[in-house]
Amino acid sequence: MNKITQTLLGLVSDWTGSFTGAYNIREDGACAGRQSSEHIHIEPKEGAPGLVIRIDPEAQHETVYIPACVTHSDVNDLVYNDFYVGAGADVTIVAGCGVHSDGEEEARHNGIHRFFVEKGARVLYQEKHVGTGTGAGLRRIDPVSDIHLAEDAVLEMDTIQIGGVDRTDRKTTAQLAARAKLIIHESILTEGDQTAHTDFTVSLDGEDSSVDLVSRSVAKGNSRQEYHSRILGNNRCTGHSECDAILVGSGKVNAAPELFAGHLDASLIHEAAIGKIAGEQIIKLRTLGLTEEEAEERIIKGFLQE
Amino acid sequence: MLVLEHLAWELPDGEPILKDISLTVPNGKLAVVTGPNGGGKTSLAKLIAGLEKPNAGRILLDGKEITELDITQRAKAGIAYAFQQPVRFKGLSVRDLLELAAGGSLSEQELCVILGQVGLCAQDYADRQVDGSLSGGESKRIEIATVLARKDAALLIFDEPEAGIDLWSFSGLIDVFQRIKRTKQGSALIISHQERILQIADEIIVIADGEVRSAGPREEILPTLLENEKAGQCPLEGGPLYE
Repeated sequence: MNKITQTLLGLVSDWTGSFTGAYNIREDGACAGRQSSEHIHIEPKEGAPGLVIRIDPEAQHETVYIPACVTHSDVNDLVYNDFYVGAGADVTIVAGCGVHSDGEEEARHNGIHRFFVEKGARVLYQEKHVGTGTGAGLRRIDPVSDIHLAEDAVLEMDTIQIGGVDRTDRKTTAQLAARAKLIIHESILTEGDQTAHTDFTVSLDGEDSSVDLVSRSVAKGNSRQEYHSRILGNNRCTGHSECDAILVGSGKVNAAPELFAGHLDASLIHEAAIGKIAGEQIIKLRTLGLTEEEAEERIIKGFLQE
Repeated sequence: MLVLEHLAWELPDGEPILKDISLTVPNGKLAVVTGPNGGGKTSLAKLIAGLEKPNAGRILLDGKEITELDITQRAKAGIAYAFQQPVRFKGLSVRDLLELAAGGSLSEQELCVILGQVGLCAQDYADRQVDGSLSGGESKRIEIATVLARKDAALLIFDEPEAGIDLWSFSGLIDVFQRIKRTKQGSALIISHQERILQIADEIIVIADGEVRSAGPREEILPTLLENEKAGQCPLEGGPLYE
């Protein structure tokens, strides 16, 4: 793998020269390294670019790394990854993505992930996105996640865009069976003329299923973010969504949460707050010795839970 | 040592808030500023900490003039300030805030000592967010802890530390201030209406209508204050001391 990939891997997946256990490293649409483990099997997908990742029920507290990197402009990397998580498995999936461009043309990664999480399985999915390089070509990351949680399955998604991505269009859909639980923490930072569009649709189909969807966004410069969430309470269930945004400079955020209660015992809540950093927060940190710029940076870092 | 010389401050519309304030808080002394609400006590604290700039006068800390320093520079000069209304942060933990105050990472033991002084257990609170999930009293105690965490502070300022604190924690707070008296090389300035805090002061400064009405050792000032309070009178002026 090239040096840019190594740098991007360090940023998005805590790469320190190697991965332990199962992994697949994708570089500019090709495989730059792959390894299965005893309980996690990674195979190429038939008929389309991508992977099939099968996680046995015996996989307990194991981690699989599926990072993808685009290292130059004029690359449009489309990948379909399917995750099959066996009943009762307990795994962490690290799936960061870095896009680098020093050229004039666009560099794009479009990862389409499907998750089939069987009964009682627990998955922690971590996804960090970053764009680097000095080229005028746009750096795009457009992830699509399609989640199917069986009874008692739990999926926790921590996704963060730490900067440098010029355009992102993120779509997540989920269907939850009885007592399944979905927890999503999304953090997005945009700067300059960047735009981010994020869209969640979660169907709480099973009795006592639940979703906790927390989105934190920071729109700096002249950037713009669009947020849309749709929680469908189709059974006795609980749904909570929280959308908080900080504006810096001329940043703009449009938040459009939507709740649908299709059952008498669907309990759905939405909270939203958009505004600039509170002046008193800056002042408090300055009384601790930080400059105004350091205070702003620290508040944003904490807000995005970096 | 904190020295204020002829300090004055007015609102942008010209309304005077503080008029010709001069006072000294020697090192190792605990001074309590008291007086009626709206008299200018919090404004005085904000001027000292640099949140507001005076229209006239000078502020000296350990002999160096700090009047023109901004908030950050004053913090670096050794001024630590606990706000009357604690600030909440979505995304900062108690540990984060205290480490920012301390200027570096804190061990579990150090966190335990700092939070223990305000009656909180580090194990329960260190990783909690400093946001709306904390009660008013908890937030206030953490606000006070941010001052206690400051290392090498030359002046500790507490603006109404008793506000929102329950009785049990208040007793602990008195212990904290007594410990500050015993161990601090610098000075401490507490804005308070509380008699128990006045009782441990080395110096008491009474401010009303933006002016120092009386100032001196506790033994001289407190008896008059208490007598007048019993009679519902403000010292020197005859009006109510506490609204």
